[in-house]
Amino acid sequence: MSTQEQEKQTIHLTVNGKEYALCIGDTVGAVAPSDTLTHTLRETLGLTGTKIGCDQGSCGSCTVIMNGKPILSCMTLTVECDGAQVTTIEGLEDAATGELHPLQQSFVDNSAFQCGFCTPGILMSAKSLIDEDPHPSVDSIKDALSGHFCRCISHYEVIEAVREATAKEGEHE
Amino acid sequence: MSKELRFIGKETPRKDARDIVTGKAQYLDDVKLPGMLYGKVKRSPHAHANITRIDGSKAKALTGVRAVLTHNDIPRWEWGLPKHMPVLDNKVRFVGDAVALVAADTPDIAEEALELIDVEYEPLPAVYDVEAAMTIDAPPLYSQYANNTYPNEAPVYEPHLLQHLRLGDVEKGFEEADFIIEDTCGYEIFPNPLPPEPPGVIATWETPGCLTIYTPSQSIAFFRFIGIPFIDMADMRAISTQCGGSYGTKNANLTPVGYAALLAKNTGKPVKVYYTKDEHFHSYSMRLGSRVKAKVGMKKDGTVSAISGLWMVNTGSGSESGPFQIAVGLGEVQLNLRCANWDLAGKLVCTNRSPSGIVRGYGGQELESSILPIIGRAMEKADINPIDFFKKNSVKPGDGYFWREGNWWTYRGVNFNTAIDKGAEAFGWKEKWQGWGKPTAVNGTKRVGVGVGVHSNADVGEDSSEATIKLTPDGRAVLYCCVSEAGLGQRSSLCKMVAEVLDMPLERVDMSPPDTHLNPFEFGLMGSRGTYAVGSAVIAAAEDARQKLLEIAALKLDVTAEQLETKNGKVYIIGRPDKKVPWHRILGLYRTITGKGRFEPDYSLCNFLMSFVEVEVDTETGQVSLTHVVNATDVGQIIAPKVLEGQLHGAFGSAGLDTALFEESVLDEASGRILNGNMVDYKWRTFTDLPEFTNVILETPIPSHRFKAVGVGEIATSPGPSAVLMAVYNAIGTRITSYPVTADKILNALGKR
Repeated sequence: MSTQEQEKQTIHLTVNGKEYALCIGDTVGAVAPSDTLTHTLRETLGLTGTKIGCDQGSCGSCTVIMNGKPILSCMTLTVECDGAQVTTIEGLEDAATGELHPLQQSFVDNSAFQCGFCTPGILMSAKSLIDEDPHPSVDSIKDALSGHFCRCISHYEVIEAVREATAKEGEHE
Repeated sequence: MSKELRFIGKETPRKDARDIVTGKAQYLDDVKLPGMLYGKVKRSPHAHANITRIDGSKAKALTGVRAVLTHNDIPRWEWGLPKHMPVLDNKVRFVGDAVALVAADTPDIAEEALELIDVEYEPLPAVYDVEAAMTIDAPPLYSQYANNTYPNEAPVYEPHLLQHLRLGDVEKGFEEADFIIEDTCGYEIFPNPLPPEPPGVIATWETPGCLTIYTPSQSIAFFRFIGIPFIDMADMRAISTQCGGSYGTKNANLTPVGYAALLAKNTGKPVKVYYTKDEHFHSYSMRLGSRVKAKVGMKKDGTVSAISGLWMVNTGSGSESGPFQIAVGLGEVQLNLRCANWDLAGKLVCTNRSPSGIVRGYGGQELESSILPIIGRAMEKADINPIDFFKKNSVKPGDGYFWREGNWWTYRGVNFNTAIDKGAEAFGWKEKWQGWGKPTAVNGTKRVGVGVGVHSNADVGEDSSEATIKLTPDGRAVLYCCVSEAGLGQRSSLCKMVAEVLDMPLERVDMSPPDTHLNPFEFGLMGSRGTYAVGSAVIAAAEDARQKLLEIAALKLDVTAEQLETKNGKVYIIGRPDKKVPWHRILGLYRTITGKGRFEPDYSLCNFLMSFVEVEVDTETGQVSLTHVVNATDVGQIIAPKVLEGQLHGAFGSAGLDTALFEESVLDEASGRILNGNMVDYKWRTFTDLPEFTNVILETPIPSHRFKAVGVGEIATSPGPSAVLMAVYNAIGTRITSYPVTADKILNALGKR
């Protein structure tokens, strides 16, 4: 196989700053054409922080950031992600210092979760929101999170946590 | 206690918070064992049928398939209350019932193999309605249960179980009544509590005599306790993973365990069975169905003089804990309906719907959501404000009630009327209540109404707990108690109690992993028992460890233990805190101290929650929106403020209040299939749909344990449904007597259809 052909058979992904070159195929460690991005992240790369709730694009648990936008990784085929920059929950804290992202810290301080299963997805949507708008209104926070299924009902604490982490100087209560 | 509390009631991060926000928390599907296989289940397309022929040979021949099991290949393990649900049978009892099992190297191969299993069915008549099930002229679901009615037998571990509430003389009570209402009301929409994480289990036979399971159950000691008889008396070691939501549903459901354990036994490998969301909707247990035919006698002053009737409980195709749910429901109903004359009988019936299981609200939510609308009609006759009614009829110190095991208990807790008053004030009840069937406001086509619901549970002191605490010379404490983390923050709250008793930094208190082989018996996070029942055992263990430490220190320091105090891993003579001796100087480096604690069941205390709701009904579209909620409770002492707030906000989730607004499993009776069994068609509350919500939490010291607290989390879901029904009636002036109040029902009630 020529180098060019090999390249066609390879998916290049940057996940949390780390580069991966994954062969397309059905061998162990390869990406099958039917593999979703969630599957690749969890099963191939071992990044199990991204959760599968419904696996049909309805609950938001699998949300990751791809090329700056929050996406449902269970509805995204890995073979369509060549060249993509992906950030998952594992990439949210400061890799060098281990310091939590302000959103994560605010979730800790506000106990903005109960069972925590939906938390990684919610955090990734919230991160994406504040990348666009560092000081979102409560309505924008609600809109940004409207696709996330949280059954314990931590919605009120989550909104407060995002608000607290993103309030402008002097806006804190 | 005069001493100021250091951790209890203070905001401290949950111990697992960092793991949750960084994605490190290990849920079931994040666990992989070496050599693990994947189990899948072939499901029935029929609601009721005999399997006349089944052949798995083609499936067995597929590469990567390690086992194919049908009912012909496995022992007859049964579970449930009463014991009746087999792992596989020669018949199916609901659409989605198990027909055959496959274990394979990958989930995809297992799925493929399911398609290759040939099955022939002989369909049987199916029945879904609780009353029809008792009279249908067709073979019963279980040949041993004539008329599809379960026998009234209690399990060995609770030989007396309250199944028929009898007190006083109802005939006399009805004679004394000024008003009598007879009505039927149902709460039978079989909603799915639907935790975000689907159910599942990993099973592995580490020795032929011991099955190890990894489970998201939050009650693994109970799981083991009921699991051992299920697996033919082999030993069972249960280890909890982080639980991605349970709301009771993952507590003790042995069905997936049966699949995984038999596949693991057959293949000699660990097997994971992890449901898809589709299976979660169509093949897992639901909330019970409940229908009450009741006669209620009431006096003009709001005294309930008699209640009689039949409570029909629809378990669907299987009963995980129906008799217990009846027992607890009948116990709970007395706590806010003080009445001297009762004759209310529970009846447990199976139908061809999905099986039922443990769900937050556990019988009580089902009973109260059915009976309170009938009581409301009597209140209306008596023209009594529901707030006044519940203040009169909620349990007061000195009142008595029968609890689930049939004994009579005298309540020794606090009077909850202050909580009712404070809640009413926060909600503005006085201004909003206009009388029965009268709207709070009419704004054009929109009509506003208010309602109230209530719930109490004496399970705060339910069942037994044991705990041990190990003190190590380096100034650390480890709590050994079989408690899992299911989202309630319970593990962290228990560590706070230990840190408080031993007056040491919270970060130096840790907890053993939830594993039945490491920890003493602890019944599990059922109901709201974490704070009082589990907490009491933990506190006792910490106090015991502290006492042992001080006794050893007393010998070294030549004083009595009573003269000593410990703080931050050091011991000092009271009055001389400058002379501190670290634990290692007392214990040496080669010793630990173990304190033990145990809690025995106590049903003389209960919790309380009242939910005030305001709804706005659009009379053009029939749409009902929830605009304002106030929850009022008295917990004695808050342990973890934000965690408690979260639990109470949980009112909407897990098949709670929203079952009155939009949640239901819609069944197609022609096929027996649930029509809205996916996350688009099954409605749930989103971030853009949040009403104003206030929790009013009082802290009147409750005589439980040294921190004067009781738990309340479980009951957050229970008062809501009947409150919504009441509010809608008040908004539109026409009574809707079934759940949920869909736009169709509203328009019908308004004569617009």
